[in-house]
Amino acid sequence: MPWSREDLAALAAKELRDGYCANLGIGIPTLVANYLPPDVDVTLQSENGMLGLGAFPTESEVDPDIINAGKQTITELPRTSYVSSAESFAMIRGGHIDLSILGAMEVAENGDLANWMVPGLMVKGPGGAMDLVSGVRRIVVLMDHRAKNGSPKFRRRCELPLTGANVVDVLMTDLAVFERPDRRSPFRLRALAPDVSLDEVRAATEAEFEGQPL
Amino acid sequence: MVHKVHPDAASALDGLLFDGMTIAAGGFGLCGIPETLIDEVVRSGVRDLTVISNNAGVDDYGLGLLLQTRQVRKMISSYVGENKEFERQYLAGELDLEFNPQGTLAERIRAGGAGIPAFFTRTGARTIVAEGKEERIFNGEPYVMETGLVADLALVKAWKADSFGNLVFHKSARNFNPNVATCGKVTVAEAEQLVPEGALDPDCIHTPGIFVRRVILATRNEKRVEKRTTRKDEN
Repeated sequence: MPWSREDLAALAAKELRDGYCANLGIGIPTLVANYLPPDVDVTLQSENGMLGLGAFPTESEVDPDIINAGKQTITELPRTSYVSSAESFAMIRGGHIDLSILGAMEVAENGDLANWMVPGLMVKGPGGAMDLVSGVRRIVVLMDHRAKNGSPKFRRRCELPLTGANVVDVLMTDLAVFERPDRRSPFRLRALAPDVSLDEVRAATEAEFEGQPL
Repeated sequence: MVHKVHPDAASALDGLLFDGMTIAAGGFGLCGIPETLIDEVVRSGVRDLTVISNNAGVDDYGLGLLLQTRQVRKMISSYVGENKEFERQYLAGELDLEFNPQGTLAERIRAGGAGIPAFFTRTGARTIVAEGKEERIFNGEPYVMETGLVADLALVKAWKADSFGNLVFHKSARNFNPNVATCGKVTVAEAEQLVPEGALDPDCIHTPGIFVRRVILATRNEKRVEKRTTRKDEN
């Protein structure tokens, strides 16, 4: 049985280690915060210039001047700090953020990532995604294993314009988890979703990957 | 005696606007945008603008107002997702658009304000945003050269301003504002509160007054929320 969105968020939450500063992308990655174990102290950064994101506000706590990068209202924590956009991206591009979790349209076996542009369609822009994948130390991607038309999204090479070249460390889909120890190595299968076979994953994947699940 | 405080937006922008100019505006989404000054740019009818701003507002608010009146020829932005009129003008070929990765945009603005004509970043290397730009290898990794941005006019929104133009921003409404304030040949700030010199703690000023030429009390502080997201109050 493939993993649900919530399963994936819970699985991704295990990538966050005590003491990390992390940036969570829009969509399923945002859900990851709900699955953090209480004994793991993680500080979330938002690229619009906030370090230390709290919970969503109650109706009476809403402050239009406190938003996250998804433009959602949010709250502060006792440790929160605000910075300018340039300083926020100094955190990101300077390698000070431990981990980022993002969505993707395509991932390639060489670690290339495409998640911002489909030629011919209206493009909304890269936002901070290109900076995150090129600057954050460890990149975790969450995506459906196949596109809506059934075509594989984990490919030999990305067909869509890249967000970053050779940037993905961990790939989590509804069918399986892949990981590589460094950015010169191929991806290795780390886990399969319950009752999903290696053959099923291979049939739904264009990319080459190594190994049996642990 | 320095006189930076102007009575209203029309006075603060008097003599600063001309067709074909470049305007940089602070703000992220609709948070921390110079709403009062944008209204005055709309009223002035100045045309063929190049606008440097992370986003382009929404259809009926923020920089979207300048798009409705067709005063913008080109946007330099990182994300323009929430604006149908923008999309229509862009797809009709009426509007130029230069996408910058958000951190590259912030750094280009910072660099322009600091007199740095260009810098190298790994962001966007080997992607289409690097096309036509110089690539250099540092420590075995490809980096792309990006240029600093200087605007004819920079518009920012502060929480508090004193009469010397020292600015303090409010929470995540700070975003691009301190960087944008440095990149204008002339910078005009609107503030929710105007205070006398000495009222701001010198250790807690975000933008020193040297970067700010003119200041007004903001008369539009609508602060529209794009995605109001709340949790249930357990009490």
